[in-house]
Amino acid sequence: MINSMKSVFKSLFLTELLKGMSVTGRYYFRKKFTLFYPEEKTPQSGRFRGLHAQRRYPNGEERCIACKLCEAVCPALAITIESEQREDGSRRTTRYDIDLFKCIYCGFCEEACPVDAIVETRHLEYHFENRGENVMTKEKLLRNGELYEDQIATDRARDAAYR
Amino acid sequence: MIEQISFYVFAGLLIFAASMVITMRNPVHSALFLVMAFFNAAALWLLLEAEFLAITLVLVYVGAVMVLFLFVIMMLDIDVARLRDGFARYLPIAAVVAVIMAIEMILVVGPEHFGLAQFAEPARHASDYSNTKELGNLLYTVYLYPFEIAAAILLVAIVAAIALTMRRRDGTRHQKIEEQIAVKAPDRVRVVKMASESNEAGE
Amino acid sequence: MSELFDTVWGWGEFVWSFQIVQIVLGIVALMVPLMLCVAYLTFAERKIIGYMQVRIGPNRVGFFGYKLWGLGQPIADAVKLMFKEIIIPTKANKFLFLMAPVISLATALAAWAVIPLNDFLGIADEVNAGLLFVLAITSLGVYGVIIAGWSSNSKYAFLGAMRSSAQIVAYEIAMGFALVGVLIAAGSLNLREIVEAQQGNLGFLDWFWLPLLPLFVVYFISGVAETNRAPFDVAEGESEIVAGFHVDYSGMAFAVFFLAEYANMILIAALTAIMFAGGWYTPFPAAMVPDGIFGLLIGSGIHWFVIKTAFFLIFFLWFRATFPRYRYDQIMRLGWKVFIPITIVWLLVVAVMVLANVGPWFD
Repeated sequence: MINSMKSVFKSLFLTELLKGMSVTGRYYFRKKFTLFYPEEKTPQSGRFRGLHAQRRYPNGEERCIACKLCEAVCPALAITIESEQREDGSRRTTRYDIDLFKCIYCGFCEEACPVDAIVETRHLEYHFENRGENVMTKEKLLRNGELYEDQIATDRARDAAYR
Repeated sequence: MIEQISFYVFAGLLIFAASMVITMRNPVHSALFLVMAFFNAAALWLLLEAEFLAITLVLVYVGAVMVLFLFVIMMLDIDVARLRDGFARYLPIAAVVAVIMAIEMILVVGPEHFGLAQFAEPARHASDYSNTKELGNLLYTVYLYPFEIAAAILLVAIVAAIALTMRRRDGTRHQKIEEQIAVKAPDRVRVVKMASESNEAGE
Repeated sequence: MSELFDTVWGWGEFVWSFQIVQIVLGIVALMVPLMLCVAYLTFAERKIIGYMQVRIGPNRVGFFGYKLWGLGQPIADAVKLMFKEIIIPTKANKFLFLMAPVISLATALAAWAVIPLNDFLGIADEVNAGLLFVLAITSLGVYGVIIAGWSSNSKYAFLGAMRSSAQIVAYEIAMGFALVGVLIAAGSLNLREIVEAQQGNLGFLDWFWLPLLPLFVVYFISGVAETNRAPFDVAEGESEIVAGFHVDYSGMAFAVFFLAEYANMILIAALTAIMFAGGWYTPFPAAMVPDGIFGLLIGSGIHWFVIKTAFFLIFFLWFRATFPRYRYDQIMRLGWKVFIPITIVWLLVVAVMVLANVGPWFD
């Protein structure tokens, strides 16, 4: 009896609704967590998977040996590799394309690579202005590798113990 | 002057809209033209200082009745071609009926019965004259009984319509929202206290 | 110099002597601030809902290189929408498709004709049947939605239109009954006289919200439903039918729908302020209002009308930030089975209170 009276009172005076509104009302005055993005950035993990890059050995030789493991493991079929013998007899890629529209940034290529050639950098702010720019060619990947080599190397070194 | 111009404009639009109602092929267009006809009729009533009737026409017919009309018309897939099937066959008899009705209407509301010759020119009321108040006074004093009886008849009609169309079927499942709202956590969830089971005994 | 002034003044007087010029200028003087309010209401909505969701909302677009908490956002949005293409779907009824947003906006603005802003301002506020006019005009707003939904030739839009028409017819009745209560309490259909009936020495206790509390709640919730706002926004229902009746609209045609929605919100808030919260009267008791400039600030005036309208508007946003969308059958149940009986019962109570000359309101 008292319970049913209580529920009648509750529904008549919309107490539940007022309770809900008081919750949102309280949140209005909470401290906001928003970061002002271009000026402020969230901290990034060393394992962040962003734009791809190809690395070189310290002597300048490119690492990739065209084993095509990355091409095989890529779940999105984003990687296309063609290879030929170089004059010195070593197997090298003539074409190494990653279609960034297909890529899902899973990092499998990086894990599959036996020589740590293809890596994903922490770089995430990039865009394309023309058709076709979404395909990362070998030149672009190697240039990325040169640009970010320091960060790539330190990140890999720090993470080596857990691999 | 302005009054006459606006009368003829509204009257012309009214006749145009009314004729479009019966000639349009698409029933939704017909309904929308009917809305336009109502609006023009309301404007004519406003010219006659009957602002209550005019606004009520817009409120009730345009705002509610025609919305439901449109609702139904849009939901139904009306085959216009089939509706017009017997047009030629019924044309002669329809024409006869139409002519008879037109003659009757002219006989009843012809110019010799209405017009300034028969009636004194209605006096213009001051701007603070409230048609609504006058109407209310008449409805609730002189015409109280007819008004209440009309209301009762309408109520009976509503109840009858619902009683005729509502069929309660057994075995249908429907939600009882009152009960859903009244539900509390203990009605649905039971917290059971259990002694923790020991690993050694079982394995 | 003075001759030139005199000729210009003479022209001015000549032009002013036409009644239509006065009326048009009056309309412009009301519409321009109203449209600005609509623009900044969208901004306020994004800010307030943002804050309630522990975000900060738009804060970048400002003026002349200053960010100003994002105050330029509505202007930027308007400019963007103006330059976008209005795409008309194939097989859509072009005339009705373009008419629908116009109808929506026209009905949202036309009702402002009879709204009194204070004890002398207003466009046609001497109309005897002001309340009826408002009710009739607001009931027409649904045509914009229905016609838009039908003429778009799209299933989603059509579903939105159907939901909206059924919903608005249901809530119109509850709204009308709530207004009948106001009518009984004030004894007039004229909105200015309704406000004047709430004058008294007790301040906010003299207003009709107290004796008509259930009607006040019903009216305001019905108003939220009439404007198709959350939690009654089944006509739009982003998660179910994409955007409901305006899925196929783009550019300015879409913007006009938005203007209409927000203008309707302001209208409902203003009407609530007029009918239940004493319009432009001060909430303070007459004894508390001092003389002088401070008294002008605290005493009755148009600013109180604006403040009350803004107060009710915030509730629209607050509701949207708080409540999940109603299920369709629950909306129908609430309208027909809850609101209408409540209003009918309270109409009787109000009638008895008026006859018995109760309290500070009806003596």
